[in-house]
Amino acid sequence: MEVEILSRLQFAFTIAFHYIYPPLSIGLGLVMVIMEGQYLRTGNKEYETMARFWTRIFALTFGIGVATGIVMEFEFGTNWAKYSRYVGDVFGSALAAEGIFAFALESGFLGVLLFGWNRVKPQVHFISTIGVFIGSLFSAVWIVVANSWQQTPAGYHIVGEGMQARAEITDFWAMVFNPSAVDRMLHVWIGAFIAGAFLVMSVHAFYMLRDRYVKLSQKALKISLIVVTVFSLLQLVTGHQSADGVAENQPAKLAAFEGHYPESEQGDLYLIGWVNKEIQKVKGIKLPGGLSFLIHWNFTEPVAGLNAFPEDEQPTAVNTIFQFYHIMVAIGLLLIAITLYGTLQWWCGKIFKQRWYLWILVFAVFLPQLSNQVGWFAAEMGRQPWVVYGHLKTADALSESVSSSHVLFSLIFFTLVYLLLLVLFIYLLDRKIKKGPYDESDIDDRLKLKDIAVQLEKSKS
Amino acid sequence: MHTFLGIDYPTMWFLIVGALFSGYAILDGFDLGAGAWHLFFKEDRSRRIALNAVGPVWDGNEVWLVIGGGALFAGFPEAYATLFSAMYIPFILFLGFLIFRAVSIEFRGEEPMKWWRNTWDIAYSISSAMMALLLGVVLGNVLMGIGMDNNFVFTGSWLEFLNPYSLVVGLTTLALFMVHGAIYLSMKTEGQLFDKIARLLRRSIRVFVILFVIITVISVFYFSHLTDRFMDKPILFIVPALAFLSIANVPRLASKGKYVRSFIFSALSISFLLILVAIELYPVIILNSADMESSMTIYNAASSDKALGVMLTITAIGFPLVIAYTVFVYRTFWGKVKLDETSY
Ligand code: HDD
Ligand code: HEM
Ligand code: HEM
Repeated sequence: MEVEILSRLQFAFTIAFHYIYPPLSIGLGLVMVIMEGQYLRTGNKEYETMARFWTRIFALTFGIGVATGIVMEFEFGTNWAKYSRYVGDVFGSALAAEGIFAFALESGFLGVLLFGWNRVKPQVHFISTIGVFIGSLFSAVWIVVANSWQQTPAGYHIVGEGMQARAEITDFWAMVFNPSAVDRMLHVWIGAFIAGAFLVMSVHAFYMLRDRYVKLSQKALKISLIVVTVFSLLQLVTGHQSADGVAENQPAKLAAFEGHYPESEQGDLYLIGWVNKEIQKVKGIKLPGGLSFLIHWNFTEPVAGLNAFPEDEQPTAVNTIFQFYHIMVAIGLLLIAITLYGTLQWWCGKIFKQRWYLWILVFAVFLPQLSNQVGWFAAEMGRQPWVVYGHLKTADALSESVSSSHVLFSLIFFTLVYLLLLVLFIYLLDRKIKKGPYDESDIDDRLKLKDIAVQLEKSKS
Repeated sequence: MHTFLGIDYPTMWFLIVGALFSGYAILDGFDLGAGAWHLFFKEDRSRRIALNAVGPVWDGNEVWLVIGGGALFAGFPEAYATLFSAMYIPFILFLGFLIFRAVSIEFRGEEPMKWWRNTWDIAYSISSAMMALLLGVVLGNVLMGIGMDNNFVFTGSWLEFLNPYSLVVGLTTLALFMVHGAIYLSMKTEGQLFDKIARLLRRSIRVFVILFVIITVISVFYFSHLTDRFMDKPILFIVPALAFLSIANVPRLASKGKYVRSFIFSALSISFLLILVAIELYPVIILNSADMESSMTIYNAASSDKALGVMLTITAIGFPLVIAYTVFVYRTFWGKVKLDETSY
């Protein structure tokens, strides 16, 4: 029992920490591709300067993303051995595909992206940037496919019984395109684009407020504002698609999202609320019949509630799931408001004059981060008590030979290491931002481009 | 049972996983080795050159570990589950050092203060060395075998991984990676730093050979299961012979200044040594030290033929791509290190 709690805590903590960085890397990748593309198209040096600046910040998010990601990959084996035995046949191919198709692409081109500015032609460098970006998109594909398979298994059969039971793959493409994979993939990608582009907006809005790099920042703000506006709107669509899928494939999860208990009654949609488990009711502001409408296009059609499921197949932390889910949706709506307002102002030529709006952009960077986190928590906690939906319970998925003292040790260890990482990340991010896009000439002995040219000349003669 | 080129799928995957891990050992081996030497260089500029020699490539090298781990999970889920849960503590420590190493590389150059750089230099060097050591220790345990029950659940105690034999294997791995790393650095440096590395290289080769002889002796006398196969089929002695020859070639070529060739031979030595391990084990993948007869073999650890077939296709498509990126990156950064404003 204790091993279960500790292992879940550790997994939740390490994945949540990991997931601070991938959305930033993926989103910054998109923005960098646009900036560098603009540079090649227009030849305007400012675009190159900003692309280089964001590459330096990208190096930071990417570096921590990689280090914390490797931890995730091995944690399946260290803490979830039973789970690994059970799903390896199916899940393994997705993980292997991720390594070979995605990570290799990302890391291969990363060297050129970071260190190749003076070594390769601008076009080749641009291709490397695209390579890293596409690599990060692919890595999200495979890991989300794997996770979606856990949520809505497909393309497999179960062999063996009891202790020996395990899933074996029967149809690779059915596994890849399992019922929730595509919706969730799009939702996760877009969540990442929004997160990265909001960071860009935040930093450049800050420069504007401080009257630094104003011309460059205006350009960068425009690029990122377009990205977030388009994708915030699309996120509503993919979110709705996901909810539709959940209603069909994981009805118990949907019931938890809205705190809907009755076995089969009209379902309400809450704007905000609080779930009271004792009386199985939600207190809050609601649209009566809203849930029924979203699913069946009809306000009175009954929706299966939590009581329609056996006690041991219901998620337990219903109020937490409810809150997380509602925070995500609320933030989604808020982001649409913020970005639409900005676009409208830009249309009227006023955007960069309103200081209060720039301040909102500075702090809004935390919203998509929070939304990404609570979105995952809602999706994963709503899946409980199953780890593979309908087949394997979380409690049966642990490592047989690992004791609670081991997990306690590793949990404390990771907590300390990650806290240090977070502090360093914030410190360095802050420094890079303060240093700004232009100050490349460093305090130390790094050669300038001119010196390199001189050296090259010398070595030729 | 399905076959590919006349080899059954589990065996094929045994070879693929083995190839991936040797790819990892060859590639990350040199940058871990270079990291382990780091504190031997005293000046800031030397340290920076050494760091930037691995700068653009270490991350790509580490991906081989990720792919190898993924392939083990996919191909032999039982082995992945048993090995990682049995070696819980060493793997957690390994991951911790991996994080510290990545962070030190990233952060060292961010501040000019001496104490800042020294701190990250120490973290970088120690974590590089510890990663090499822990990898070797795990390998040592795999060679000795671990206690398992009928369901392949580890039955030993968690401290068992720290036994003398595995520790010697760990030190040998460290020494081998340091040799390999020193040769890599010789290709990337010039001047005084280069001379210093050449001296260190000669010394480390001697240490490696001594350790290797010790392991061989222990294996022959105490772990006869590792040598049985060679007694049965003497033709196999060709592999250790090749390993010895290529190891001997390493200092010979290095002393003539042919560093690229010497590097190729140290890479070959690493693969021959791992082939040796594979021959000693096959078809076993995890030895049961409690009862050798009921060890985990590739046949009872493997995924279904269907899964292995799918992944064979994935590998066939993906692998040439991986090689292509790797070649592209190494070509871009070929030659001696030049520091510029994008360097660490
Ligand atoms: C939505 C995307 C996403 C999600 C849900 C995850 N990751 Fe991740 N991961 C990435 C997106 C990503 C990325 C964008 O590809 C990374 C992050 C750092 C980086 O910036 O690359 C990365 C890095 C990364 C690495 C290092 C790769 C390298 O060496 O280049 C590993 C081994 C993993 N991840 C493994 C995992 C596992 C096992 C996860 C789940 C339990 C996981 N990631 C969740
Ligand atoms: C990156 C975003 C993710 C987040 C934030 C996340 C969040 C969580 C959380 C909070 C838990 C603990 C649930 C609980 O204890 O109630 C959990 C468990 C788990 N998740 Fe995820 N998850 C993510 C991605 C993934 C992916 C991509 C996979 C698999 C490919 C995965 C597999 C698991 C497994 C195996 C567990 C342990 C069993 C369990 O407690 O359900 N997760 N995750
Ligand atoms: C705009 C309204 C939104 C709606 C209606 C919505 C809906 C949903 C639903 C139903 C799920 C659960 C899917 C499942 O369990 O299979 C989900 C998960 C998630 N959401 Fe949202 N969402 C919205 C906005 C956002 C925003 C703005 C972000 C981030 C910037 C975000 C990030 C996530 C993430 C990371 C997950 C977990 C991964 C997944 O299961 O797809 N969501 N969302």
